[in-house]
Amino acid sequence: MLDRNKNRALTGVHFMNGDCACAEGALMAGCTFFAGYPITPATEIAERMAQRLPSVGGIFIQMEDEIASMNAILGAAWAGAKSMTATSGPGFSLMMENLGLGLVTETPCVLVDVQRGGPSTGLPTSVGQADMMQARWGSHGDYEIIALAPESPQECFDLAIKAFELSEKYRMPVLIMMDEVIGHMNEKVIIPEASTVKPYPRRLPTVPPDQYLPYHPGTDGIAEMAIAGQGYAVHVTGLTHNEKGYPEINSRAQAEMVQRIVQKIRLNTKQIIMLEEDQLENAEIVVVSYGISARIAQLSIQQARNEGIKVGLLRLITVWPFPEEYVQNLAAKVKGLIVPEINMGQMVREVERCSHGKTQVIGVSHPGGGLHTPEMILDAIRRAKE
Amino acid sequence: MTEPSVSENVVPQKQPTHPMDSWLRQDRLPHIWCPGCGIGIAFSATIAAIKESDFPREKISIVSGIGCSSRAAGYLNIDSFHTTHGRAIPFATGLKLANPDLKVFLFAGDGDLFSIGGNHFIHAARRNMDLTIICINNYIYGMTGGQFSPGTPMGAMSSTSPYGNQDTPFNLPHLAEAAGAAFVARWTTAHVRQLKKAISTAFQKRGFTFVEVISPCPTVYGRRNKQPFGIQMMKTLLETSQINHNARGHEWDILLDKPVVLGNFIDRERETFVERQKAFQEHMETYLSEKEIKGGTYGD
Ligand SMILES: Cc1ncc(C[n+]2csc(CCOP(=O)(O)OP(=O)(O)O)c2C)c(N)n1
Ligand code: SF4
Ligand SMILES: [Mg+2]
Repeated sequence: MLDRNKNRALTGVHFMNGDCACAEGALMAGCTFFAGYPITPATEIAERMAQRLPSVGGIFIQMEDEIASMNAILGAAWAGAKSMTATSGPGFSLMMENLGLGLVTETPCVLVDVQRGGPSTGLPTSVGQADMMQARWGSHGDYEIIALAPESPQECFDLAIKAFELSEKYRMPVLIMMDEVIGHMNEKVIIPEASTVKPYPRRLPTVPPDQYLPYHPGTDGIAEMAIAGQGYAVHVTGLTHNEKGYPEINSRAQAEMVQRIVQKIRLNTKQIIMLEEDQLENAEIVVVSYGISARIAQLSIQQARNEGIKVGLLRLITVWPFPEEYVQNLAAKVKGLIVPEINMGQMVREVERCSHGKTQVIGVSHPGGGLHTPEMILDAIRRAKE
Repeated sequence: MTEPSVSENVVPQKQPTHPMDSWLRQDRLPHIWCPGCGIGIAFSATIAAIKESDFPREKISIVSGIGCSSRAAGYLNIDSFHTTHGRAIPFATGLKLANPDLKVFLFAGDGDLFSIGGNHFIHAARRNMDLTIICINNYIYGMTGGQFSPGTPMGAMSSTSPYGNQDTPFNLPHLAEAAGAAFVARWTTAHVRQLKKAISTAFQKRGFTFVEVISPCPTVYGRRNKQPFGIQMMKTLLETSQINHNARGHEWDILLDKPVVLGNFIDRERETFVERQKAFQEHMETYLSEKEIKGGTYGD
């Protein structure tokens, strides 16, 4: 007999790339459904899931495109599964429409974007971080999103588990914004025993069908979710809907629904946001970065410290929701914020916005296809010092 | 003379119940469909077919896309998913695969299933995905006000073909057959008994089953094509259609000056996706039990 629960975990110390580690994290979190469409540099996630899902009794399906993949994981979630898809820029664009469906129907699932250079087909095999704003605003209409950015294969594993937890907790799709270098980099990944990570449970209805309201928020702002086949006769629609899930086409229903899906994140940012602080205690200058760029920055910081510049690192593990308050307070204390990222300036806009002009914000952009050299970031640190 | 009070005049009477009442979300009525629209007829034929089936009600899910036809999902009192335009099939695919005990069926329009969702349709048919598809072909994009669709016959008027449609429509049964559907039928809303029976067969049969329902849309199709009333359109459907179960391929083409051929065209056995998946899982159960699942197995 297959021990499906035990097989969630490939317990041991591995030399593994970020894509595979992400897939392993998903399995550990209890993911039993993967739908995807091949695309570099995310394909290894699909391949890994195709190989591993049978051992946990899960389903792998290769769909006809990314639109179908996104919809399939939503359908699977409504049948009770923890579901995931993974893609890169071109596929991420195709998923935007039904990411919106997932958000408005409050469907837990996980979507991974292993970023490559864009726009369009761009640089299929090399790195980019230029989908960060698409992650925030890519689907039409108003919403809040949760997006995590790992900086190592180990963190791909850890954050995949976290992403599933957040998706169930807040009843919504959660994004993992990787990049090609992290996805393809091989490093040590430690996978614990299955018993150490319990799959985060679905918040199923605690009331009988006649009292159940699929979009009636509990005290924490999140509604219980019925799944198909349990006699709840649940109605799920992408139209603006009321607590019962029924379409209601007026501005009052719109206000209630939109405010709720926005507020459930805004009111919980403190619990959601994860940051890594390095040498911030006496820092005059702080590098704010994420993913592979934050790793490069560590070297620049070391060199700057050797030169006697007091510089630290704020690494965004959660990129969305953005740590507004934190950055606002930080800006009031430091001489400059340096934002290296592999795009022409995306998260730097958030840093600028939240700084309210209290400090200088220097973006260090890179159009993609390669990484910053530590010197590029070091130069910016030196400029901020002057 | 004093006016009779309301309470004297209006005797509160309990409405007699209809056998289908419990299948409808009463609190969502009245529905949005126009007088003379065929969707309601196809919808009640569908409910009648479901009622006849052996599936327990709580195990049946309806999935739809966007359009007048797709609104059906909002009226049926079972698990119901009204998704985005064209995406009902992949959503239903995920739903079915994650819980194969569910009976999942679709109810959507010609535009939804064959224009924006056409790719999903052929791939689900290719896989023989265990889904029943009921397509309301009203020859038009109804919901958006009557633009031509992949179901609009050549030469027909629509708001975006004001001089007559230059496009050729899909031959839906031919497409479904070629793509791999296990059951393919076409009826009209003027053939309610045959339609109900076909839906019933499609519902009970394993695999990917497809019923095309030619349905009048007087409001935005008929009006522009000299048939502004539903009843007229129904009469035309009766008079200009031919039942021929043995017709094949291009005989199913829809042309304005030719009778529409109806029937239960294709009924064949193919292993379904869920059946293959089950066999695969059983195989893997033995295969993997003999292997130790650890790092080395996966070529790290
Ligand atoms: C992505 C997207 N494009 C366009 C629309 C607008 N739209 C809504 S319904 C519809 C056509 C519906 O036609 P059909 O599927 O034939 O259904 P009917 O209304 O005729 O029953 C269109 C184009 C949409 N909702 N979403
Ligand atoms: S517009 Fe046409 S298809 Fe839509 S409800 Fe009216 S008659 Fe029916
Ligand atoms: Mg139509």
